[in-house]
Formats: sequence, structure tokens, C-alpha cells
Amino acid sequence: MSYETDIARIETIVVELERSEVPLDDALRLFEEGIERLRTASAALMQAEARVRKLIEDSDGGFTLADFES
Amino acid sequence: MKRGSRRPAPKTEPLDLQLFPVAEPPRAYGPRASIAVAAPVAVPQIPGASPESAISVELLTQQAKAVVEGAFPRIWIRGEISDFKSYRSGHWYFSLRGAAAQIKCVMWLRDQRGVPALPEDGMQVVVLGQPTVYPAQGSLQVTVTAIDAVGDGLWRKALEESTARLRADGLLEPSRKRALPRFPRRVAVITSPDGAALHDIIAVMQRRCPTVEIVLVPAKVQGEGAPADLVRAIACVTRWAAVDTVIIGRGGGAREDLWAFNSEAVARALAECAIPTISAVGHEVDVTLCDLVADHRAATPSAAAEAAVPVLADVRAEAASMLLALREALVRQVQRRRDRVERVARDLRVGVARGAERRSAKVNAIAGRLNALSPLATLARGYAVARDDSGATLGSTSDFAPARDFNLLLRDGTVRATTRSVHPAPGTTDQNK
Repeated sequence: MSYETDIARIETIVVELERSEVPLDDALRLFEEGIERLRTASAALMQAEARVRKLIEDSDGGFTLADFES
Repeated sequence: MKRGSRRPAPKTEPLDLQLFPVAEPPRAYGPRASIAVAAPVAVPQIPGASPESAISVELLTQQAKAVVEGAFPRIWIRGEISDFKSYRSGHWYFSLRGAAAQIKCVMWLRDQRGVPALPEDGMQVVVLGQPTVYPAQGSLQVTVTAIDAVGDGLWRKALEESTARLRADGLLEPSRKRALPRFPRRVAVITSPDGAALHDIIAVMQRRCPTVEIVLVPAKVQGEGAPADLVRAIACVTRWAAVDTVIIGRGGGAREDLWAFNSEAVARALAECAIPTISAVGHEVDVTLCDLVADHRAATPSAAAEAAVPVLADVRAEAASMLLALREALVRQVQRRRDRVERVARDLRVGVARGAERRSAKVNAIAGRLNALSPLATLARGYAVARDDSGATLGSTSDFAPARDFNLLLRDGTVRATTRSVHPAPGTTDQNK
């Protein structure tokens, strides 16, 4: 699930909550979904600073990430 | 030519068998002064000096070839290509033209590798070649080993041809361009590990969005084998796939340094890349093939980094405003319900009040009508009512008896009265009697 998908869904939820009168149960469910998606979308915002890495192709066709000193 | 070699021709000295000595090649261009030794004395044994010593055509052309090749090192010649023909053998034949002169040229297949595209008639070029004589034709010609278009004509032509092929295959369609993820978690960078481009990309990305992981995919970006290495790196990223955006590029350089990014093979590999791509070839003027097929073109590696990641603070602000919008939307939902309940309650109160008013108006009307019917109103107009002591109305002469008391009810009270005599009107009889 990409950041865009989450943000787009949250926007839809906001519009729906603003425009139409939805049953209270549904309104609460939409709100909770929005909060949950916001939590997912912004999880990356709280991460620590990432290091620069280098992609190394293994002999068996797999991949390894090694630290890269620039 | 050295001054010392310009010796006076001693008449007794025998001449070399060769017409023009070539054992000692000249250091500069121009006809050899030794022509001067074509002696005034006609000696029969000098080849070609008399009908008897006439030389063969072969000897002349061979001698001419030796002289011409001796006279000129490999040199650059400027001119316009005409009569260009590529033979089945792969060798190229053409003429190089000046304003009022031309010379035939040949370029062997093995020397053509460095030429990016087939030269065309009318193209202004400089060729590197060895002037020589082609004995079979007896003609002066140049054996060309390199061609450069004046300006960058040949490179441009190669680029145009590749572009046309990519376009024919639909790889330049604007509809193929994918949107870049707005907030990638991981960005792959295909470039040289020690180039300025990588340094710039890392600096810009870490400043804007330090949480995004940068993964270098090292590749050779210029020189022999660079296109193949770039193709390998792109394929590598596609197979790895654990990345959101790919930047491919290098820092600025001379036009030929960027040439790997004009390789059709690289462009095709990039077009097939499964991950959204940004090309960042640091050359503002030229658009490379990679620029054309990438999902996004950045003029410099720094610009590519800016396109790849948002500013973290902006994303945080967006997330915060989203949270606010969600909460407000929910609050408004509740608010709307409360508003509606209040509206209904108010309507109800108004309705009840109106109903009460209507009823009270009706009561008043009925009361008015009742009042009009009341006998008291009659009394008010000056009439009187006679009643006996029990309160029964005395409405007929037959109700009265002489000397009998009765009461008269008036507007403002009662009068006690006594009947003196009774006179019924003629023709009226009391039906009750």
C-alpha cells in the first residue's frame, strides 16, 4: 500500500464525511479507517535517518545491501 | 626540407634508379626539390628519359604512391561528402569536395567502428586519412580512418535514427510516463560510485528527506563498455524490485562523455524498467535518449533528487492537516445531527403554539355567538321579561291572573308588579289551554 493510496483514501473519507449524512455507525467506521491509514502513511515520517547503501548482486542471483561510504 | 639537402646537381654523379628517391621520407609537404635533378643531360639508362627507357604504368603509379605517402603523414582534411557508397563488402567509398576540387576517399570496414552513423552526401566533415595513389585507377585518394562531422552531425544523425526506432516501437509515448511515487521509502541510484552526481544526489536527498533510503547501483557511465554496464545495472534493479524510484545519471561532461546515455540499448532497458525512472544526465542543452524514455527528466542530478523525494516537513504538515480534516469531518457529522434535532424541536414548539392560538380564536367566536343569543342582550336593548316567582317566563296573557304578583326583569334589575286585568287580543287563544 503506497503513501499515495493511503492519502487518496483519506481524502475520499473526508469528502464523504463532509458531504453526505452517513449513518453514525458508518461515520465512525470511516473515521477509524482514516486514522488507521494516516498512521500507516506517516509511519515512514517517524523513521530514523536512513544510511546510504550499495546494491550487491550475489552469485546465486539474490541481492544484498551493504553500507556505502561516500 | 632541409636546406643542406638542396645540393647542386653534379652532372657526373649517377642517379638513383628510382625517379624520385623515397628512402629518406620528407619532413614536410610539397614537391621534392630532387625533381630538379631531372637532368638536362639525357642519359639512355635513366628510366623514362627516352623512348627506349620508357617505364611501365605500374612503375609510375607505384612510384607516385610511394611519393605521395612519403610526402604526407596521416592528416585531417576538411570537406563535404559526395557520392557516398557503402559496398557489399562493407567498405565505404566517397568523394571529399572542396569549393573547386575533390578527392576520392575509401574507408575500410574495420575503421568504421568509431563512426556513430552512416555519413551522408552533403555532410560537412573532417576526415583523418592517409593520402595515397590507387594504382588501379591511377588516381589520388585518401584512405580514411576516422570521420567527424563538423559540429556534431554524425552523432545527431545516430541519435535521430535511434529516436525514430524508439518512437516506432511506442517507447516515447507520453502515455507510457508513470507518475513518480510522491513519498518513496527507497530510491535506487544507477551511477558511478565516485562521480559528482552521486554526491549531489545524496546531499539533496538527505537534506530534503533523510528518512528515505538511498541505494547505489554502481555502473560505468562513460567509456568503453559503459552502455552494457548500464543495461546490466537497470536489469539488476528490475529484478531486485524492492525499490520505489530509480534515478539513472551522471554529472555534466563533454558530449562524448554522455554518449552511453544515448545508447539505444540503454534507452530500451530503461523503458522496460518496472520501477518509475528519473533520468539525470547533467547536460542542460542535449536531451539524451534516456531522458526521452524515462518517466521523468531532470536537468541535473540535484534536480533528480528533488523530483524523487518531497521535503519531509511538508509531508509531516500534510499528515497533520489530514488528521485535522478527518476530525473536523467527524465533528461536523455529529454537529449536523444535533442541528437537526434542534430544528425539529423548534418546529414542534412552534406548531404547538400555533395550534393553541387557533383553538382559542375558535372559542372566542363561539362565545360571541353565544353572547348574541343571550336574553340579556335583548334586555340591553330596552325590552323587559315577565317571570313568576319560580322564575318561569310569563310569555302569554293566559299566564297572567288578575291581582297576581309577578316580576319584571329589566336591564338593570327587577320590578315587582301586580296584574290589574287581562285583555287577550281578539282572535288569539292560548293553544296550551
